[in-house]
Amino acid sequence: MATVEVEIVKPQNQVYCRPHSFTDFSTHYCPGCTHGVAHRLIAEALDEMGIQEKTIGVAPVGCSVFAYNYFDIDFVEAAHGRAPAMATGIKRVLPDRVVFTYQGDGDLASIGMAEIMHAAGRGENITVIFINNAIYGMTGGQMAPTTLPGQKTSSSPLGRDVELQGYPLRMSEMIAKMDGAGYVVRRSLHDPANIRKAKKAIRTAFETQVRGLGFSMVELLSTCPTNWGITPIESLKWVETNMVPVFPLGDYKVSSAVGDLRF
Amino acid sequence: MARELIKGNNAMAEAAVRAGLEAYFGYPITPQSEILEHLSRRLPELGRAFVQAESEVAAINMVYGAACTGVRVMSSSSSPGVSLMTEGISYIAGTEVPCVLINVMRGGPGLGNIAPAQGDYYQSVYGGGHGDYKLIVLAPSTVQESVDLTVLAFDLADKYRAIAMVLTDGSLGQMMEPAEMPELRPVVRKNWDWAVTGAIGRPRRILSSIHLEVHEEEETNLRLMKRWFEIEKNEIRYKEYYLDDAEFVVVGFGTAGRVALSAVREARQMGIKVGLLRPITLSPFPFDVLDELSKRVQGFLVVEMNMGQMLTDVQLAVKGRAPVEFYGRPGGVVPFADEILAEIQRMTTSPLSVVSDPRKAWLERMLAVVK
Repeated sequence: MATVEVEIVKPQNQVYCRPHSFTDFSTHYCPGCTHGVAHRLIAEALDEMGIQEKTIGVAPVGCSVFAYNYFDIDFVEAAHGRAPAMATGIKRVLPDRVVFTYQGDGDLASIGMAEIMHAAGRGENITVIFINNAIYGMTGGQMAPTTLPGQKTSSSPLGRDVELQGYPLRMSEMIAKMDGAGYVVRRSLHDPANIRKAKKAIRTAFETQVRGLGFSMVELLSTCPTNWGITPIESLKWVETNMVPVFPLGDYKVSSAVGDLRF
Repeated sequence: MARELIKGNNAMAEAAVRAGLEAYFGYPITPQSEILEHLSRRLPELGRAFVQAESEVAAINMVYGAACTGVRVMSSSSSPGVSLMTEGISYIAGTEVPCVLINVMRGGPGLGNIAPAQGDYYQSVYGGGHGDYKLIVLAPSTVQESVDLTVLAFDLADKYRAIAMVLTDGSLGQMMEPAEMPELRPVVRKNWDWAVTGAIGRPRRILSSIHLEVHEEEETNLRLMKRWFEIEKNEIRYKEYYLDDAEFVVVGFGTAGRVALSAVREARQMGIKVGLLRPITLSPFPFDVLDELSKRVQGFLVVEMNMGQMLTDVQLAVKGRAPVEFYGRPGGVVPFADEILAEIQRMTTSPLSVVSDPRKAWLERMLAVVK
């Protein structure tokens, strides 16, 4: 297919372009996965706030292990679950930089439970983007701490039996209880309206950090068509139908200072 | 500067501050908690970073993050805590960022006890975590040396983008001795060409220990090895005592080396031609000096507060050219000088032979005494 070079006659009228905070890489994510959407929302927020150069990302272990390839910013790659600790180390010696982690549900809610809870408890002035797709993606679709009751995975082949395997963990609700948390919300990426709300939340989370208002986290309900074994379209519906009732969308903690933010 | 009476743990903490320590992340554990406590007061008053982490696991990953920015950063712990840190240590080694660690060893395995021991030699010298990597390991035997080696650890870590560990024990951490502290160095943020600090006016940088492409990982391994040989060439340190005319050589590090020195001095007064080699860098290990000694002495006695770990390295260096005997007190017991003196006398008066594992005879002697 030939590339068509279009001259933009009036650049001020341009409404859409690749975010400057992105590199030219194509992502490795599966078709229908919403990691790409989440990445783009972050990049747009960094662009809008003009903080690309002063932002440092901390990548997790999981499908987004290579997130550092896709953002044109300084990045480090953490050990599994330890991103909030690593971000703490960076932020404490470079307090004027913007530091964020990008973590999946296995990384954040299972192996990294201690690190995320204590980072929030300390009111660590970092931003966490938490991708909740109710499954371990990279290792091949095993049960996650966020897997829904009855959900079939490669390690709960008969469906998650809550009697034997317990219940899904609701991280935003738990972290919102912490005095150190300034902004904790859950959004979803299953349709454009929700994506727009997610974008606003991500921006708010970074604004929270830039103003030194404490720990901020945006949980994003996301898809995994490959490991859920359904199509991308069905996956978006699955989020809305099955995940949202278990993980209600909403603002779980908005401190009064964050509530007063205008940007 | 005048010498002051100071506890080993506090001395190492203050030495780190004076060497330009910008950030400390740690978790309380006996017998090293004074390091954490000292820095909890000292670093904030200097406007530097201090965090008491939720675990050693978190602490080492905070060190990892700060190390990626290129500042002088440190953690400290004692044996069980260092075990928890080994995951992070492997990542830091794989990412090739500098940091300093202090291990104030205690008795083990497991929860063990809080008495001084040297059971973490293998863990420190042979890596501890997964994958191929080496730490620089420095072993002091006095409070003054603890100070000096802490400062040196920062300089070596920076010089080689490596992890430098001060490997000491509960005895040296808890004892008070006169020591001279170094001058407070100004904090200088070096403009490293690898540090992640925000891509302001330069291309972005990525620091990571992941190399999915196997040849890239192989290159990383080879680069680490090449750097290690540089370290081996430049940084081996040890101290010799009475070795010029020695017919027998005691080898010991840290507290065991210090007690062995008393025994060697007593033996000398009795006319026994024995000397002491005290390795200061356990890694890189002074193989060559032992290799040379093995060509002219009649036997070696390795003294450790473990069940014979440095012994392996001594045997590697001696290559069977001379008998290598062993005396150890594991589990948190510190040997008395007269025990070592008795071992020296036994070694110098009874026929010795080269055996593959001198620990078998040692264990029999120990079991007879301990019963």
